[in-house]
Amino acid sequence: MERQIQRLRWQCRRGMLELDLLLNRFLDQRYAELDSAGSADFERLLGYQDQILQDWLLGQAVPADPALSRLVAAIQDCMLEGPRTSSSDAGAER
Amino acid sequence: MPAAHSLPHRHFDALIIGAGGAGLNAALRLAAANLRVAVVSKVFPTRSHTVAAQGGVNAALANALPDNWHWHMFDTVKGSDYLGDQDAIETMCREAIPTVYELEHAGVPFSRLDNGKIYQRAFGGQSQNFGGEQAARTCAAADRTGHAILHTLYQQNLRAKTHFFDEYFAVDLIRDDEGVAIGALVLDIESGEPLIIEAKTTLLATGGYGQVFRTNTNAFINTGDGMAMALRAGVPLQDMEFYQFHPTGVAGKGMLITEGARGEGGYLVNGEGERFMERYAPKARDLASRDMVSRSIVTEIREGRGCGPNKDYVLLKVDHLGADVVHHRLPGITDICRVFLGIDPAKEPIPVFPTAHYAMGGIPTDRHARVVAPARHGPEEVVPGLYAAGECACVSVHGANRLGGNSLLDILVFGRAAGTDILSYVAEHPNHRPMRDAHIEPAIARLARWERQGEGERVADVKAELRRLMEDHCGVFRDQPTMAEGVEKLKALRERVEGVRLRDHSQTFNTARIEALELDNLVDVGMATMMSALHRDESRGAHSRVDFPERDDERWMKHSLYLREGDRMDYKPVRTKPLTVESFPPKPRVY
Repeated sequence: MERQIQRLRWQCRRGMLELDLLLNRFLDQRYAELDSAGSADFERLLGYQDQILQDWLLGQAVPADPALSRLVAAIQDCMLEGPRTSSSDAGAER
Repeated sequence: MPAAHSLPHRHFDALIIGAGGAGLNAALRLAAANLRVAVVSKVFPTRSHTVAAQGGVNAALANALPDNWHWHMFDTVKGSDYLGDQDAIETMCREAIPTVYELEHAGVPFSRLDNGKIYQRAFGGQSQNFGGEQAARTCAAADRTGHAILHTLYQQNLRAKTHFFDEYFAVDLIRDDEGVAIGALVLDIESGEPLIIEAKTTLLATGGYGQVFRTNTNAFINTGDGMAMALRAGVPLQDMEFYQFHPTGVAGKGMLITEGARGEGGYLVNGEGERFMERYAPKARDLASRDMVSRSIVTEIREGRGCGPNKDYVLLKVDHLGADVVHHRLPGITDICRVFLGIDPAKEPIPVFPTAHYAMGGIPTDRHARVVAPARHGPEEVVPGLYAAGECACVSVHGANRLGGNSLLDILVFGRAAGTDILSYVAEHPNHRPMRDAHIEPAIARLARWERQGEGERVADVKAELRRLMEDHCGVFRDQPTMAEGVEKLKALRERVEGVRLRDHSQTFNTARIEALELDNLVDVGMATMMSALHRDESRGAHSRVDFPERDDERWMKHSLYLREGDRMDYKPVRTKPLTVESFPPKPRVY
């Protein structure tokens, strides 16, 4: 699990600050709670280009796939909620 | 850690570190000429920070209004506050025109005018006829120019058979006894395995280092890796005191809130509800120059008039403009506020703080993108086999201050220039120079240092403190006491990095180790910035000193050079002579 999160942490390193903040926070705060379908959706989401992710996560467009659409909403919600658990090394700083 | 002799080696004509616009434009030129090209990128190439550039590329195409490369050159020299090298600026402004056409032919979908020509928009700092009417010089692919350029260049590189090492982290350059760059030690992030890439030429194209400041607009990847590698290889960094800040970033997050918000009638208030810009700039108020607004915000906070529980930000109010204006004319801000703050800016004010955006300084190069450093025969001797381009380089076209639309241009023109020069270098030096274990060992030692076990401070804690220190002591508010204290604190922090330990020593996808290597880099570029800023006791372009508010051409029309060994400062003259035209002498920079 820890290795998987580390691998995904690197996939959450993007070309834009907005995506870095949203994706890393979700990884730190919520990823561990996802079921296997949810974590597969998250990996699938990370496979999209930065520009598409930006459109989705900043609300300029909605993914046609309902699972991704729910995930995008969860990532947005996570940004505005307080932390649930103590966060990991990379998350602690921001 | 494996011994030097046991590491695998790969051989290429050119090694390019960084896969943003500069690296990929150089790679394309080389791969198209059938050279063996390796591109090393710590993230997947299309996740490079070039993707975030929305503005566009300046080129005097004269499609919308009359224009001329020589006018573009004048604007760039003036914008640089006369610190830009005029030979490099002439090169950039002339080359801008074929560069945009070349990109168009490669497939970048530039926005169009009704007559089918490339659309050009007007940006600040652009003039016709050497300071006359507004010019329209910026070519854009809607608001995603960087994305379009990066994806086009990546696809073209795949076609040209460039070899990509995706998710490999460059640890250090390798130079031989004569100082020739002969490759680099890189780390496969997935497996944790080190690899030696031997190359006849190496191009550093690693981008900026905004992450050294707590509040910044940059992606997490912008940690100054290439700049720090150059420092450790004995190359100085140039003009590092010149860092562009934007007055209104989202407090605690960093994203830009466009100047348009104040242009539409938005204004700033402090913790007492006072519209404080009226005190600092009675006429221009909230539309005063960027550095003035930035410094005023920080002054309010320093004097205890900030907002919020920690009094560490001010508020930007646009709520009086009405939902219609806010939502329709400022849609980007509305989205950012909703997603990151959970507020509607039409109803609530936005917490803001000055945010670090762009480095004018970097690895010194000439206009062929060759790295130059002081040596026996003068201040600008070429380091054989080593090149730098893009934000990590200082060629210097931006001088003390960069104009909008000139950064994408810089990466494209000098990325291409690096490619052109590498072609002739490789033709003249067709063989790999011998690499011995002794050349590799310093790089391995850097990697091995992070293998140390035991108790120690955490990378994240030291990094957070560094970022705070840089913001407090070398941000927009600069005077001698603040920065002198900053240098001492930073030296103490640098000592502490020695005591930092990793808890995780596994090999595969050990991102904590990568973040530790990035911390080393941030500390080095942070010191370069702080030392250069402390020593320049004048105000010029983005470097504004409270205690020395005037530009001082007599003493300071020169480039700063910071050397890592002994934290030493050196200086060299500005190249005021262009290639074919008359030089532009310094004048007061008023708009």
